Formats: sequence, C-alpha cells, structure tokens
Amino acid sequence: MQRFANPARFMKLSAALLPWCAMAAALLLAAGFYLALFVAPPDYQQGEAVRIMYIHVPSAWMASLVYALLALASAVGLVWRHPLAHIAAEAAAPLGAGFTLMCLVTGSLWGEPMWGTWWVWDARLTSVLVLFFLYLGFIALAHAFDDRSRGTRAAAILALVGVVNLPIIKFSVDWWNTLHQPASVFRIGGPTIAPSMLWPLLVMALGFMLFFAALLLLRMRTALMDAKLRALKFGAA
Amino acid sequence: MSGFAALTARELRLALRQGGDFANVVAFFALAVILFPFGIGPEPALLARIASGVLWVTALLAALLSLERLFEPDYQDGSLEQLVLAPVPLELQVLAKCLAHWLVTGLPLTIIAPLLGLFLHLPSADYLSLVLAMALGTPTLSLIGAIGAALALGARRGGVLLSLLVLPLYIPVLIFGVAASEAAAMGLSPRPHLLLLAALLAAALALAPWAAAASLRGALE
Amino acid sequence: MDWAAFFAMGGYARFVWPAYGLALLVMLAMLAYALCAYCRAKRALDAQERS
Repeated sequence: MQRFANPARFMKLSAALLPWCAMAAALLLAAGFYLALFVAPPDYQQGEAVRIMYIHVPSAWMASLVYALLALASAVGLVWRHPLAHIAAEAAAPLGAGFTLMCLVTGSLWGEPMWGTWWVWDARLTSVLVLFFLYLGFIALAHAFDDRSRGTRAAAILALVGVVNLPIIKFSVDWWNTLHQPASVFRIGGPTIAPSMLWPLLVMALGFMLFFAALLLLRMRTALMDAKLRALKFGAA
Repeated sequence: MSGFAALTARELRLALRQGGDFANVVAFFALAVILFPFGIGPEPALLARIASGVLWVTALLAALLSLERLFEPDYQDGSLEQLVLAPVPLELQVLAKCLAHWLVTGLPLTIIAPLLGLFLHLPSADYLSLVLAMALGTPTLSLIGAIGAALALGARRGGVLLSLLVLPLYIPVLIFGVAASEAAAMGLSPRPHLLLLAALLAAALALAPWAAAASLRGALE
Repeated sequence: MDWAAFFAMGGYARFVWPAYGLALLVMLAMLAYALCAYCRAKRALDAQERS
C-alpha cells in the first residue's frame, strides 16, 4: 500500500488506467442499455415496467458500495494518514450521491405503476434517503471550514458514524415488513431472479462500477493537480 | 466515578447559569405543539392520530435548538483547549456535557410532553409509553447531537450544517420513539420498540463520546 | 421492429422513459462536472508551470 502513497506514482498509474477504464465503462454501459431495453424479456406481472429495474438496482448497489468505499477510505485516512485516502473519499462522495439520487428517482418511477404510490416510508426507502443525506452532509462538512484539512477530517468522522446505516439498508427488507421486495440476487441460497434478467442486470452493474471507477480516478487526478497548483502558488507568493 | 460526578456538576452549573437553553427549549416545544391544533383544526380524532408524532418531532427540533451552544462557548473563550489537555479523558468530558445537556433539555421535554399531550388529545393508554420512550430517546438525541455539534464547531453557517448532519441520524430514534408511543393505544405492546430505543441509547453511549472527542481534537489542531 | 410498441413500453412509457432519461442525465452531469474540473485544473497547472 505504501508504494501507492506517492501522488506522482498515482498520477502515472491512473494516467495509464483511465483510458481502459473509460472505454470498458462505455462498452459495458452501451451493452447494458441495449440488453435492458431490447433483449431482456418483459415480466409476466410487471410487463415492460420491469426495465426500470436495470437502472434502479445497479444504482442502488453503487449507492451502498460507494459509501462503504468512502467509509473505508475515511478510516484509512484518519488512522494511517495515507495521503490519498481522504482525496479518494472526497472524490467518491458526489458520485455516490448521484447514484443514490438515481436510485431514489427510478425507484419512485417504478413504484407508482407497481405499488400505486410515488413514495412509502418503509425501512428500505427511508434508510436509502438517510444515505442520501449522509452523502450531502459529508460534502457540506468537507467544505464548511476555512481550514480545508479540518473539514476533511470532520467529514471522515461523519462517514464512519454513518456506516451503521449500511447494514440497515441491506437487511431492512428482512427485518421489517416492507413494501419493497426482498433480496433476489445477493442472498444465501443464490439468486432467485431469472437468468435472462440476471445477465443484463450484471452487465449494467459492471458498467456502472467501471463508470464510477473512471470518474473516481479522474476526480482524484483533478484533486492532486489542484493541490499541486495551490502548493506552487504558495511557493511563488 | 466522583470525578465524573464533579464534571457533570460543573457542566450543569454552567448550563443553568446560561439559563437560555432550558427556557428556549421548553418554550419552543410548548408553543410549537400548541400551534398544531390551530394549523390543522381542533378535531379530536385527527389530533389524537398525530399526537405522538407531533410531540416527538417538536421535541426533536427543540433539542436541535440547544445543540449549537454545547461546545461553542468553550471553543470561543479558549477553555476547550484546557479540557483537551486535562488529565480526564476527553470522551468522559463529552459524556458529562451530554448528561448535563440532557438534564437541562431532554428531561424537561420528557416531563412536559404528557402535559402537552392533553392539548393534542393523546390517547390515555399512550401516556406511559410516551414518557418511557422519551426518557430513553432524549438522551440519545443529546449524544447524537453532541457528535453533530463537535463536527460543525466553528464552521460557516454552522446552524444549518448541524441540522443537516444530525437530523438523518435522529430518524431511527424518531421512528422507534413514535412507534413505542403509539403502540399501547393500538393494543400492541410498546416493549419491542422500547427495547430498540434502549439499544440505540447503548450504541450512542458507546459511539458518540469517541466521535465527538475525535472531532473536538480536530477542531483544535 | 415495431418502434411504436417499443416506445409505448406496454403502457408504462411515462414511467420507463423518464427513469432512463433522468438516470442518463445524472450520469452525464457527473461526467461533465468531472471533466470540466479536470480541464480547468490542467489548464491552470500548465499556465502556472510555464510562468
């Protein structure tokens, strides 16, 4: 891990990695959208509305995954003071918020025809809304102080405090009587979803992950360049 | 243990000397609750349906009002640095502050809530579970609030930031608090919800002093 | 390929297409924001390093 602590090394590594990541993301997303809209079968109950699932579920996975990454990076930054950890966390936060927003909006658009309501205060929806506010709180806190490093550390602490929400999101459909359907992919006993639906879902999910990875690398590079710029200006002053 | 008692006594003296918090919190709570019948109409059945929710939400907002002043005065006059350097662990000092804060805000709220419940036609079966739920929930609000207050210490627009940070974390307390308060009138036992509130309190007692102390140290670097 | 039927999405068009549309919008916004910030930083850094 120490080998990657060097920002210059990261810049070289990310410069090499980024084009491949971006291309793979573009390919997989294109394939995913094609599969979701043209190849995947309509559901016998939900009809064509089930196609919303191919956006809603991968963005939900990303929302939680990115937060886990955020919390991990924050912990590494606070405990081991790895120079890239906080940069990674702050780069990931707006992306995670974006995925959470996509999850909430597509979920609403799926819920209205299927459940007859745009919103319901069940455990799953409420905890994902809380996740969205945790992301916003993280971003707001990081920028709330004149001393940038104070904001970064405070946001990192918030990220760790909010980790309790992740198991609540995951297990909410098991612990409570909810309108939201229970897990059909990540469950003990294997997926219960049909293969013809599972494959487009996984392709989309992988596309989302690579999209996130590409943007994360880009945002981290930008952050490092900004830091270098500030250092140069400070030196020149 | 006597050290902790001495700490709490000091914080309590300071809090009471400031005076503002107790009056602000109680007054806001009472006034906000009383506004509801004017806003949504005095029909008893309707008020009874929302009574627990209204009491909890307004108690929560009232508690939020007093959080800004939890660490701010010490931060402004420099005594926070003394607290960090003191031989007593900072986490323990945070706990003492939270206890004093609760005694001055949460406890009065818990005591007044059933009185205000009369105005909202709270079903009679709910009174006991309301008080128990608030007795368990309001300390958790003080503890979680301490995390937010420490994180937002010295920030620009600290008040809004504090609300953004703290309210999402308050939601579980609110959900179980209202569920516990309403259960009795619906013929259900409030015990599961009260146990969950107790669990949340235990978790907050373990987590909040650490998180708040870490933030306070960060604020002084 | 019956495009009319495809766009109708079995009657759910007013839910499916906004869902896909908004999702694409959010993703494009994230991409645009990241790219703009990167280009700006790169330009500023190049300018600083030249001076």
